Amino acid sequence: MDVVERVGQETFQAISAFGEFCAFVASTFKWLFTGWFKWRNIKLLLPQMFEVGVKSVPVVGVVGAFIGMVMAVETYSQFKAIGQENRLGSVINLSVVKQIGPVLAAVMLAGRVGGALTAELGTMNVTEQLDALRVMGADPIGYLVVPRFLACVLLTPILTIYSDFLGVIGGWLISVKTFGISDSLYWEYSARGVDTWQVMEGIVKSVFFGGAIGLISCYKGFTCGAGAMGVGKACTESFVKSFIAIIVLNFFFAQLAKDWYIGLYGMRSLFG
Amino acid sequence: MALIELKNLHKRFGRLVVLNGVTLDIEEGQSVVIIGASGTGKSVLIKHIVGLLRPDEGEIYYDGKRIDLMPKRELMQVRKEFGFLFQMGALFDSATVEENVGFPLTEHTNKSPEAIKVIVKRVLSLVGLPDVASKMPAELSGGQKKRVALARAIALGPRVILYDEPTTGLDPIRSDVINELIIKLKRELKVTSIIVTHDMASAFKVGDRIVMLHEGKIIFDGAPSVVKTTDNDIVKRFVQGEASAEELSTLRGTT
Repeated sequence: MDVVERVGQETFQAISAFGEFCAFVASTFKWLFTGWFKWRNIKLLLPQMFEVGVKSVPVVGVVGAFIGMVMAVETYSQFKAIGQENRLGSVINLSVVKQIGPVLAAVMLAGRVGGALTAELGTMNVTEQLDALRVMGADPIGYLVVPRFLACVLLTPILTIYSDFLGVIGGWLISVKTFGISDSLYWEYSARGVDTWQVMEGIVKSVFFGGAIGLISCYKGFTCGAGAMGVGKACTESFVKSFIAIIVLNFFFAQLAKDWYIGLYGMRSLFG
Repeated sequence: MALIELKNLHKRFGRLVVLNGVTLDIEEGQSVVIIGASGTGKSVLIKHIVGLLRPDEGEIYYDGKRIDLMPKRELMQVRKEFGFLFQMGALFDSATVEENVGFPLTEHTNKSPEAIKVIVKRVLSLVGLPDVASKMPAELSGGQKKRVALARAIALGPRVILYDEPTTGLDPIRSDVINELIIKLKRELKVTSIIVTHDMASAFKVGDRIVMLHEGKIIFDGAPSVVKTTDNDIVKRFVQGEASAEELSTLRGTT
């Protein structure tokens, strides 16, 4: 009976926590679409864009470049074995712009930005700064969550483009400059393998990754437990849940984009 | 009609019953001190008054308007009439003292930045800190933080100020400065004050009515002079700071 009771209780808690999260998301969107866009609020957005965007440039860049490079290192010998090393560009660049670039940029942001957002808002929560805002007649959702959410939504795609770019350069550097693949063939096969659809797929899904990171991180900060332990636990949960959200969203996007692409253009082989 | 009316408030967190039928009327201009042991729901009670918490049962009225069922946006308007001094000050640590104190003015008035600066300077002078406007909260001492938080609480000219343990963590001298400040604000701004504390020296100094909470209920409500002569054993021991034999038995068991 104890086990059944516990399972029931935990299920109930999980459902009610999800309900609370949905209410939080609804409240954020309500603020966003009911007169948030005033100069006074835009001024709140700029420092957040600096925090989310500018400060993430080095880490996202380094990860993007090395991912392109490691892709080249890992795939070269296999392609060379079947005499197809000139086609390396299509595989590396397709993987970078469609999957690895957006996903890893988002994961890096979940760690760097998401953790910082949860820690900041969580500390504000436990030191009653959120209550202070409410008492002074300001809604913390409009004042704190909306600018952070918007900064994540607007800047994750830009950071993804930047990550994609460095990934492409990294892959090219190793393939052409180290392994000696023909420069022109590398780019020719890259252009055959990667079209606008694939680049856009990566960028469009990064908007949703950014939104998920912003909402989950802010929600975890708003609902964190008391004390340093509460904030620490919230930061960990924030990263883990953002990471899971990114991976799950990515799967559904991959399926959806593939179905649409085949529906519109038909199946396209990299080895055609 | 009382300015604030609490009717049969009940609040529980999980299985923990915090408020168990609290009924209290507070007249305009009164200074009501709410005393009680740690964890008896004093802070929870005053958070209900400004709608930071909603009761499980019961009603809350402010100036005849029902608070506990009020929609969020309407509640935000009512809150402008309240100042709230949080236990640790709750200053925004990424903003300067001037930005902190000016925050409610920036949010709710159309005053120019220059006019806001003048008001900030005036309220900071009122709490005895005219020269800290450019400092960050981290550069202030505990007592200064509370005074700046108080300056922020009074910036909009509230009708009611709620103080959540205003002297906790301060030395006796700094505590007395805060007590004097509470009295000064009541005298000069004619505000209604509700002070949550377990500092009896402070309670006797600032209150003209003392209410004691115990196990979620009000067990004493009267003037400070009456609390000193009450026969209620729990109130008497709390006022004199004496633990019961039962509370001390755990200590004796370990010796």
